[in-house]
Amino acid sequence: MNVVVCVKQIPDPAIPGQLDPQTHFMKREGKLILDDSDAYGVEMALQLCTAAGGGEVTLVSMAPNNETSGLRTALAMGAAKAILVSDDSLAGSDALSTAKVLAKAIERAGEYDLVLAATESTDGYTGFVPEAIAALLGLPSVTFAKSINIEGGTVHVQRQTEAGYDEVTSPLPAVVSVTAGVVEPRYPSFKGIMAAKNKPVDTLTVSDLGLSGVGGAAAGQEITAVDPAPARQAGEIVTDEGEGHLKIVQFLETQKVI
Amino acid sequence: MDLSLTDDQQAFRDTARGWVEKTVVPNAAEWDRTEVMDRDIVRQLGEMGFLGATLPEELGGTPCDYISYVLLMEELGRGDNSVRGIVSVSLGLVTKSIVSHGTDEQKQQWVPRLASGEILGCFGLTEPGNGSDPGGLTTKAVRDGDDWLLSGQKLFITNGNWAGLALIFARTGGPGPRGITAFLVDPSTPGFSARPVHGKLGLRAQDTAELFLDDVRVPDRQRLGDEGKGFGIAMAALAKGRMSVAASAVGTAQAALDASLRFALERNQFGKPIASYQLVQEMLSDMSVDTDAARLMVWRAADLCERGEPFEIAASKAKYYASEVAVRVANNAIQVHGGYGFIDEYPVGKYLRDARVLTLYEGTSQIQKLIIGRDLTGINAFN
Ligand SMILES: Cc1cc2nc3c(=O)[nH]c(=O)nc-3n(C[C@H](O)[C@H](O)[C@H](O)COP(=O)(O)OP(=O)(O)OC[C@H]3O[C@@H](n4cnc5c(N)ncnc54)[C@H](O)[C@@H]3O)c2cc1C
Ligand SMILES: Cc1cc2nc3c(=O)[nH]c(=O)nc-3n(C[C@H](O)[C@H](O)[C@H](O)COP(=O)(O)OP(=O)(O)OC[C@H]3O[C@@H](n4cnc5c(N)ncnc54)[C@H](O)[C@@H]3O)c2cc1C
Repeated sequence: MNVVVCVKQIPDPAIPGQLDPQTHFMKREGKLILDDSDAYGVEMALQLCTAAGGGEVTLVSMAPNNETSGLRTALAMGAAKAILVSDDSLAGSDALSTAKVLAKAIERAGEYDLVLAATESTDGYTGFVPEAIAALLGLPSVTFAKSINIEGGTVHVQRQTEAGYDEVTSPLPAVVSVTAGVVEPRYPSFKGIMAAKNKPVDTLTVSDLGLSGVGGAAAGQEITAVDPAPARQAGEIVTDEGEGHLKIVQFLETQKVI
Repeated sequence: MDLSLTDDQQAFRDTARGWVEKTVVPNAAEWDRTEVMDRDIVRQLGEMGFLGATLPEELGGTPCDYISYVLLMEELGRGDNSVRGIVSVSLGLVTKSIVSHGTDEQKQQWVPRLASGEILGCFGLTEPGNGSDPGGLTTKAVRDGDDWLLSGQKLFITNGNWAGLALIFARTGGPGPRGITAFLVDPSTPGFSARPVHGKLGLRAQDTAELFLDDVRVPDRQRLGDEGKGFGIAMAALAKGRMSVAASAVGTAQAALDASLRFALERNQFGKPIASYQLVQEMLSDMSVDTDAARLMVWRAADLCERGEPFEIAASKAKYYASEVAVRVANNAIQVHGGYGFIDEYPVGKYLRDARVLTLYEGTSQIQKLIIGRDLTGINAFN
């Protein structure tokens, strides 16, 4: 059982992000870290390999400046190796470019049974990349997985919906996007951190992948303006005249919380 | 000089912090209240590699530098000193002594099991009649063929009831430090018994024991180091141990400061957050400066140790200063919290109770001052 996991390395969300006033791109100069959303995919992949009695987890990432900090974290958790695509020409890539790059990189990962990604990233959250990768690789795509089981050549997924979950099965290989909370990501142990230093990270450029028509120059989308989000509306104050609890239930129902 | 941490050091700290935040912090108050810690913590400390940090890989350890080690201790100390002490003693005092002074056979027999958390070690130096003056200890080891028979009593022994290995210091020769030898004792040996010490001011969840040895038979091949060299082994272990106590004191001070900051920004009096009053800011800034200074002293000692330079005096200074800082900062934290600091819904009371022991064990503050004074003046004022 070999699993490829797409892991995005992002600026630390604890540090307020900044946009370049000229290009409106997010500044990504500092150290990047493993997107928390992808820690779930990595954990799920490791568990699936353990359950299958063997196999390898390969990481695939596209990030600027040959950044590997986030990959090291995922390698310390237990992934075997990583492919990193880093190229100045990728600055300003849109989500489709990103998917094209990742799809090509996945083809370099050797034999695999499954590709995992997060439903959406923490910083970009277009929620588009995994499905685009599936289309580009010609593989079935299953989204919003809250649990994954492999039996024979089939993947069984519980797909999170507003009302509950759907049971979805798909032949392998497939691309599955996982939601936060599918599994509890492990903390890398001290041993894992030391071992990660010696695990292979294959760093590739766009031309190594034989790709063209990707990157900032080819972006099909353009950021024309950035405006502050509208101020939040004042909340509604309800005075409890004995029916307050009903109002709360009503409100929660409209929010589909209950 | 560059005080920034390497990627590895940051990764170690983040791992320790994440684990402490998830596993220790939510439980610390309850363990303290009930005086019982979940014993599965020991397995996890092993699994995470904490009990093998700095040890060679071939013995089941995770090689890392001393800065990483003190970062780990700071994080554990930030979460709960009861948990930190398990590691300080089992790894810092016992396992490392075996790695430094043990025979190959002793290393193979004990170190991998200690590093994985399969067993814990305890360090039996202090006795009812000998604390600051361990050179006068009276537990006896008498030669009997290829074995030794150990008899005596040890007090305040961390991990003493849980331990699968006891490092016991006993008198094999004349009076004074030169008559002391170290032994690796299996606590399941007949004649060995342990009893929990209850009613502690702090570290209430930590296993502290009184040990009784009544003709405990120990084969000579479980003697650690040469006859008469036990005191040196104990002192070498404690010199490094002081760095870990100091680091955990920094962690406790940091935790107390963090809690106080949170509280001061949320708590309103006279229509404003109390953080907006200068007298409260004074307390917070004193706490912050104290904590930073203590941390820098710990890092200096660790850096000297890592580079193979004499670090012992720097470690004593760090231990003395940081432990007093932990007490002072935790005490101030209660002041910032007002009455809320006095009840156990807030963690600061526990910080103070736990910090209190840091100026006592592994050499009291007075003993550290005597060590520092002896170094400054060349005059031994111990006795
Ligand atoms: C204006 C702009 C500028 C950009 N500049 C750069 C740049 O300079 N350098 C650069 O490398 N990229 C750059 N990008 C690409 C960007 O970082 C995202 O990777 C891409 O837009 C995907 O969008 P998303 O994060 O919303 O993906 P989503 O569809 O929300 O992501 C879903 C999941 O797909 C996977 N995934 C997404 N992106 C990646 C990735 N990059 N690597 C691995 N897995 C991934 C993750 O598992 C993720 O959780 C830029 C994008 C934009 C829009
Ligand atoms: C929770 C806990 C855990 C412990 N864990 C361990 C352990 O795992 N292993 C172990 O071996 N021990 C352990 N100890 C023991 C600890 O190291 C001793 O308590 C400590 O060394 C002090 O010894 P004492 O308690 O006998 O005090 P004493 O030595 O009697 O000291 C009492 C006071 O006299 C002062 N004093 C003593 N001598 C001098 C001097 N020459 N000049 C000036 N002042 C002096 C001291 O500073 C102190 O203020 C632990 C103690 C506690 C409380």
